[in-house]
Amino acid sequence: MDDSRLIRLVNEPIRLAEWEAKLADIDCGAQAWFAGVTRRTTETNDGQTLLTKTLFYEAHPTMAVGQLDQLAIDAIGKFELRRVVIVHRLGEVPLGEASVLMGCASPHRKDCFAALPWMMDRLKQEVPIWKRETFQDESTEWIHPEPRDPT
Amino acid sequence: MKQRILLFAGVRSASGLDHIDIDVDDDATAQVVLDELERQLPDSGGLIRISRLAIDGRYVGNDEQVGHCSGEFALIPPVSGG
Repeated sequence: MDDSRLIRLVNEPIRLAEWEAKLADIDCGAQAWFAGVTRRTTETNDGQTLLTKTLFYEAHPTMAVGQLDQLAIDAIGKFELRRVVIVHRLGEVPLGEASVLMGCASPHRKDCFAALPWMMDRLKQEVPIWKRETFQDESTEWIHPEPRDPT
Repeated sequence: MKQRILLFAGVRSASGLDHIDIDVDDDATAQVVLDELERQLPDSGGLIRISRLAIDGRYVGNDEQVGHCSGEFALIPPVSGG
C-alpha cells in the first residue's frame, strides 16, 4: 500500500484531529472529510421510531481491509484524488460517536465533493463490516439490508 | 472435498458457530456451497439466501466452480458498515 491510501480498522474512538495530517499534499487545494456517526433513532417502514441504546460493529478484518483498499484505489482512479484515508471503528460504538471516517484530497474541490458519497455507497454495499443494534428495550438485531436489485 | 466456511454477524449469532465444515464435490459451484450451508443451518436460511461467498477476501460469482479451491472460504451476509 503506497502512501496515497491509508486504511485502518480501530477499536478506539475516531478523532479527526489524529488523522487530518494524513491528507496533507501541497499540490492539493481540496481536502474533504465525512464522519458517519451512530444515531439514536431509526424510522421503520411502518412509521415506528426505534430507539437505539448502543451499536456494535464486527468485520471480516483481512477482507474488509482489502476491500477498503480496493475501494480507495478505484476512487483514486475514478476521481482525481491524490490521497484517501478510511478509518472504521469496530466493537462497541456509543451513540453520537464516529463509526467511520473517510477523507480525500484532490487538486480541485469538485473531485473531493463527488468522491465521498461514491466511496460511502461502495463501503455500504461491498465491505464486510456489520453492525448490531441494541435497542433501549435491550433487544438486539444484526443489520443485514436486503441487497439492491442491480438493475 | 471438505471446506471450512467462516461465519459472521447474523449467521454466526443464530448458529452459535464461527465456522462450519462441509463436504462438497470438487466441481461444486458457489451456489452449491450456499445451498449446503442453508441445509445445515436452516435457522439462517433466509439470510444465507441473500449472502455471498468469498474466497481469500474476494467475492465469487454463484456459478463459479469453487469446490476444489484451497483458500479461506467466508460466508458474507449483506453488509451494514458505516
